[in-house]
Amino acid sequence: MTDVKNLIEIRWHGRGGQGAVTSAELLAQAAISEGKYAQAFPSFGPERRGAPVQAFNRVDSQEPVRIRADITEPDIVVVLDPSLLSIVNVTSGLRENGRVIINTRKTAEQIRSEFGINYPLATVNATRIAREQLGVPIVNTTMLGAIIKTTEVVDKESILAPLEKRFGRLGERNIKAMETAYQEVVIEEQ
Amino acid sequence: MTTRVGIEVSIALADAVKMANADVIAAYPITPQTHIVEHLAELVANGELDAEYIPVESEHSAMSACVGSASVGARTFTATAGQGLELMHEVLYIPSAMRLPIVMAVANRALSSPLSVWGDHSDMMAVRDTGWIQIVVENGQQAMDNILCAFRIAEDKRVLLPVMVHLDGFNLTHVVEPIVFPEQSDVDKFLPAYNYPLPLNPDRPVAMGDFAPPVIFTEAKWAQEVVLRDSKDIILECWNEFGKTFGRQYFPVERYHSDGAKVLLLTVGSFGETAMVAIDKMRAEGNDVGQIRLRLWRPFPFEELRQAVKDADILIVLDRAISFGGPGGVVASEVKAALYNLDKKPRIVSYVAGLGGRDITVAAFEAIIKNGIEIARTGSENEYEIYGVRG
Repeated sequence: MTDVKNLIEIRWHGRGGQGAVTSAELLAQAAISEGKYAQAFPSFGPERRGAPVQAFNRVDSQEPVRIRADITEPDIVVVLDPSLLSIVNVTSGLRENGRVIINTRKTAEQIRSEFGINYPLATVNATRIAREQLGVPIVNTTMLGAIIKTTEVVDKESILAPLEKRFGRLGERNIKAMETAYQEVVIEEQ
Repeated sequence: MTTRVGIEVSIALADAVKMANADVIAAYPITPQTHIVEHLAELVANGELDAEYIPVESEHSAMSACVGSASVGARTFTATAGQGLELMHEVLYIPSAMRLPIVMAVANRALSSPLSVWGDHSDMMAVRDTGWIQIVVENGQQAMDNILCAFRIAEDKRVLLPVMVHLDGFNLTHVVEPIVFPEQSDVDKFLPAYNYPLPLNPDRPVAMGDFAPPVIFTEAKWAQEVVLRDSKDIILECWNEFGKTFGRQYFPVERYHSDGAKVLLLTVGSFGETAMVAIDKMRAEGNDVGQIRLRLWRPFPFEELRQAVKDADILIVLDRAISFGGPGGVVASEVKAALYNLDKKPRIVSYVAGLGGRDITVAAFEAIIKNGIEIARTGSENEYEIYGVRG
């Protein structure tokens, strides 16, 4: 949709209540704290717990983000809930050099053969990490680690303050979960 | 020291109301305005804002409570959207006629039916003639800045009129983006304590909104019209002063590569930013196109508009609302009227798009401009064009 350089567009796929919007917001805050320009916004409308939802990020390292339409041709797709792969076409509009970052216990090869995704993948078992670190299978903050490692859209250090501010005394555990995913994510060659 | 933060526009707007040190907030929550008033309620509950928060039972009551609080000289704020603005409609005429400086944020939303919580400008257009000063913003920074300006303009003793600040529902209200927060001390200097000249006070009785027989009604309305028109000078003065203090200046008609351009696109609201990307792209391809954006909707900036379009051959006006059975685009209709008596004027093409939350993409703006140029050259039987409609 845009030829603007330096602009990275990320589309999050989750289910209502899984925190896609929160994590998109934290990622934008991290980018802005680095002096970059960024947007985060939800798929607008009534909130529906459990239903497939989207959230969006635009991050531009050089100039203010002016586009205010939904992201239909993302550079990066993030999938918080692997069950979405069979009901949502998550790669819809994904750019040629795009990438999909998935929370799954399966390998990239298994995902590719099962769902026919013809893009490089980054996979991480965020559900297991979140259970271990947070005690609940809510993976939104965990997935931030996978996204940051894979895309380098922000420095890992930049996400710490937003996580601490948002989660208060639970900040530390969310940071640990994020760090673990950062270490564990398996990134396929582009 | 200013602070640049990543924050949801609604929250920043509420923080601006806090920085303005509002005395009374009376509001009823409605999507997509909700986050604004929720955050204000939170600020008051936490003791961070020393204000009276009146959780009313409807928007009609919200505006009625605002009329009361402004009458005693309290700095008063409310916010609403769509149906909420319509429910307070009859009360909107009261503070403008009674010269009560209320500030209201409107998170622009479509009007039912069919039910839509999403954004367009139907609500803004429906309150066009209520006598309020109306400012339109296009991003979060402008929202925050213009809330501060709105209080200063409204309370200026040469004005004393209510001010609406329109921001697109969802496309602005629900977006996290970088916003520069000013220093509180600078805000305090820019917006000093408010001193309403004729507050309701049992010790010094005044009458407000009296019964007016035919012998005086016309004079009352004319006085209201004159003060609203004349407020433009004070609005310019305020924006100028804001620019000097905070480094960001606003204009009634904002220009983007418009000087000398033969084809102009006129936008109102946040989609104008998306349009700028299309303008950049088309200019890079060698097209002589520019853009103007309407910042001040009331009082209407006749002179600034005429000046901005003086070299253009074609003016494409984008509306996000329909005047049913009439001219289609309300803004286009006003623009046509403003230019009609000029000897040299552009051909005007009226486009309606972006209804009920439908996006207008960069590609869509390119198509609107290209088709608009074609229509201006060949003519059309339509009063207006609607973009992207099925069936």
